[in-house]
Amino acid sequence: MNLLIHMTRQLANAVGLLLAVLVLNFCLIHLAPGDPALVIAGEMGGASADVIAALRVKYGLDQSLFHQLWTYLAKVVTGDFGYSYYFNEPVVNLIAHRIPATLYLVISALLLSVVVGTLLGVISARRPNGWFSQSVTVISLTGYAAPVFWTGLLLLLLFGSVWPILPVTGMSDVARPKAGFAHLLDVGQHLILPSITLALVFIAQYSRLARVNMIDALTADYVRTARAKGLPEYVVIGKHALRNTLIPIVTVAGLQFGHLFAGAVLVETVFSWPGMGRLVFESILRRDYPTLLAVLFFSAVLVMAANIITDLVYRLVDPRIRSGAR
Amino acid sequence: MPLNDPSLKLTASRRTLLKIAFGLTVLLADAASHLAPAAAADGGTLVMATSQVPRHFNGAVQSGLATAMPSTQIFASPLRYDENWNPKPYLAESWEVAPDGMSVTLKLVKNAVFHDGKPVTSEDVAFSIMTIKANHPFQTMLAAVDKVETPDPFTAIIKLLHPHPALLLAMSPAPMPILPKHIYGDGQEIKAHPANLKPVGSGPYRLTDYKQGEYYTLEKFDKFFIPGRPKLDKIVVKIVSDSNAAMVSIERGDVNALPFVVGVRDIERLEKMPGVTITNKGFTGVGPINWLAFNTKKKPLDDVRVRQAIAFAANRDFITSKLMAGKAAAATGPIAPGSPLDEPNVEKYKLDLAKSGELLDAAGYPKKPDGSRMSLTIDYIPGADEQQRNVAEYLRSQLKRAGINLEVRAAPDFPTWAQRISSFDFDLTMDTVFNWGDPVIGVDRTYLTSNIRKGIIWSNTQQYSNPKVDELLVAAARETSPDKRKAMYSEFQKIVVSDAPIYFVNAVPYYNAFSKGLSNLPTTIWGMMSPLDEISWDTLPKN
Repeated sequence: MNLLIHMTRQLANAVGLLLAVLVLNFCLIHLAPGDPALVIAGEMGGASADVIAALRVKYGLDQSLFHQLWTYLAKVVTGDFGYSYYFNEPVVNLIAHRIPATLYLVISALLLSVVVGTLLGVISARRPNGWFSQSVTVISLTGYAAPVFWTGLLLLLLFGSVWPILPVTGMSDVARPKAGFAHLLDVGQHLILPSITLALVFIAQYSRLARVNMIDALTADYVRTARAKGLPEYVVIGKHALRNTLIPIVTVAGLQFGHLFAGAVLVETVFSWPGMGRLVFESILRRDYPTLLAVLFFSAVLVMAANIITDLVYRLVDPRIRSGAR
Repeated sequence: MPLNDPSLKLTASRRTLLKIAFGLTVLLADAASHLAPAAAADGGTLVMATSQVPRHFNGAVQSGLATAMPSTQIFASPLRYDENWNPKPYLAESWEVAPDGMSVTLKLVKNAVFHDGKPVTSEDVAFSIMTIKANHPFQTMLAAVDKVETPDPFTAIIKLLHPHPALLLAMSPAPMPILPKHIYGDGQEIKAHPANLKPVGSGPYRLTDYKQGEYYTLEKFDKFFIPGRPKLDKIVVKIVSDSNAAMVSIERGDVNALPFVVGVRDIERLEKMPGVTITNKGFTGVGPINWLAFNTKKKPLDDVRVRQAIAFAANRDFITSKLMAGKAAAATGPIAPGSPLDEPNVEKYKLDLAKSGELLDAAGYPKKPDGSRMSLTIDYIPGADEQQRNVAEYLRSQLKRAGINLEVRAAPDFPTWAQRISSFDFDLTMDTVFNWGDPVIGVDRTYLTSNIRKGIIWSNTQQYSNPKVDELLVAAARETSPDKRKAMYSEFQKIVVSDAPIYFVNAVPYYNAFSKGLSNLPTTIWGMMSPLDEISWDTLPKN
């Protein structure tokens, strides 16, 4: 019952937040100079005055900003996100085509960074001042500090040019389309470099988090008890200590979803990955208001869903929260 | 393994690790294609990479390179052109301009069919021309057309309001795709017609697959009306957003063609690649010019002597030979080099700082004690660094020597720049504008007084106005004698260069790169924006 009330409150918050996301983004993008008519004219290499004026009327850009916002919101409430100015296609179609690509990238990067980061952190924790721990710190912080597109370009040149063993553009081999399992393998290959690039940014955080929590756990009484019972070391670490280490990691991973989306914009551009990140970026440059607003809206939905799920998992994992005893 | 603690037994996880390692090895299997000799020269796939994302595939209502490339594969046009600006038969097997220049008669080939099997008739030609006249962004292109008569299924007579010599170039593949009337004539708004994304034309290739933002596939049309063409089975165009990725892809042979390469460093890299051929032929029709534009209504640039002084100080030779490493031809006037109408005998504004100083003194801008004479701003189109930002930065340091302090104003993105320039909020700006073949289509717009229109990018944003130029352009647009027409355009070019509303810098160094082993490359004046029905593999790559 307690959980139901909590979930209702969460959902109500989410709806309010989404409305705020729409209004705020609408105002932000309209603050940017220029308009879609100029962009479309530019893309055509110039256009006559009548053509541009007609475009502006067609998109309602001649109306007051408040009126435009009101019209837009009234439509969105009915589930109509409108047409892309640039592609003349329903925005929902554009996004439906792009969501899977972004989710593949973001989720594989998330898993990769959590698994690798935790592993490195746990190993480091055994000898916090040893050479392994020190080098993990240096390398992971480098990955964290380096600009994502730079890391991406480096990997692209390394595995695309120096050792040409991995595909560097797109999501699949479009010249020789495959089906079934071969297609999955193909997508998997194309996913390697982009997901590693994106994961490198986050590995540092998880390895630090795992290391600190592991060090704490290893000095806790229950670990001492486990060792005293003569259990093998990997059971002590894997069964007893790791559980308490994972709780904060799960929390952070859920909250990282938004950051992953932001990182995806750059990774998708470097590797020509056909996802939502690039669509956001290109929509801004094109002043394609409906597309941009809808992509940001759906990204916000995904991020919120991730947060709500994290919260739920957390409540299930950690009895202290469930009982409300904080 | 850094775990040198003997008490640690990781046998179980070791096995898992081995499994993972094996899985990765399978994934890492090299996916590059290998060339294998084959007997046939017909067939095969051409993979192309471009950053140009088409809005849709219908060139009748959308200009620009991104749409023109696929549109000219899908739709055929009345005429096509060779390398030397000569019109060649395409859907029209012959054409005749009336002696008074008031009409053009096209005789169509009789065996052309659309991809859905329906024949191409004069009805389709008439429908397409009137659709383009009403919807194409370049309205001067067909403004002179009154109507199209169709006395029989294979004759179309284009009736004009006044003579319009530009019509012949306007019948090129990119600006005049012939649309099927039975599909587009259903009353739906043409700019948003669903068929723009699922086009049906009569060109050499059919669009068979399209993943927005990812790739599109063009497959050979078996009933294409020119026997034995196209040579290729398939063209796949990948959208590659990063130029480094595109470079790596062509180097590895993942990609066989890279159109519209504009970066000098990229061009030099491609020249060094052993498996790649690179050519700058294929853009004379487009005629892209990179230039420095002046806001001629704003003090002190309203004084022609100030503009000329800047031109004498700018040093075009340094820009083309050093900044662009000799890859870009100099542009000296409003008509692009390579056009038959280009007038080479104009003032070249060779570097002359003394003359520049005299002009500024005469205009009333003497040297101040600190050596400066005036301060101005310069804008540039963001994104095209080598053509735009680098030249603007260079001009800042170069013009300082003439006592002109330039402040470079960076715009975060294209719409921001376009907004500034089209609302006349600038002093100087770098700009790139295309000729598009005939001056009536792409040149007039920049100089006609009637085209000073606020809020429209690539109109007459210099706000340049000279009645003599207006008169010449209007007369030349209707002049039926080619010699007289050329003379008028020569005079126009001389006037514009000496009035200096614009300092012309260079032809944009557009190049196309191809894998070695391809023959009959598209090197005509329209290059990649014309049917790729002749390009073929010498030996088929193994797919």
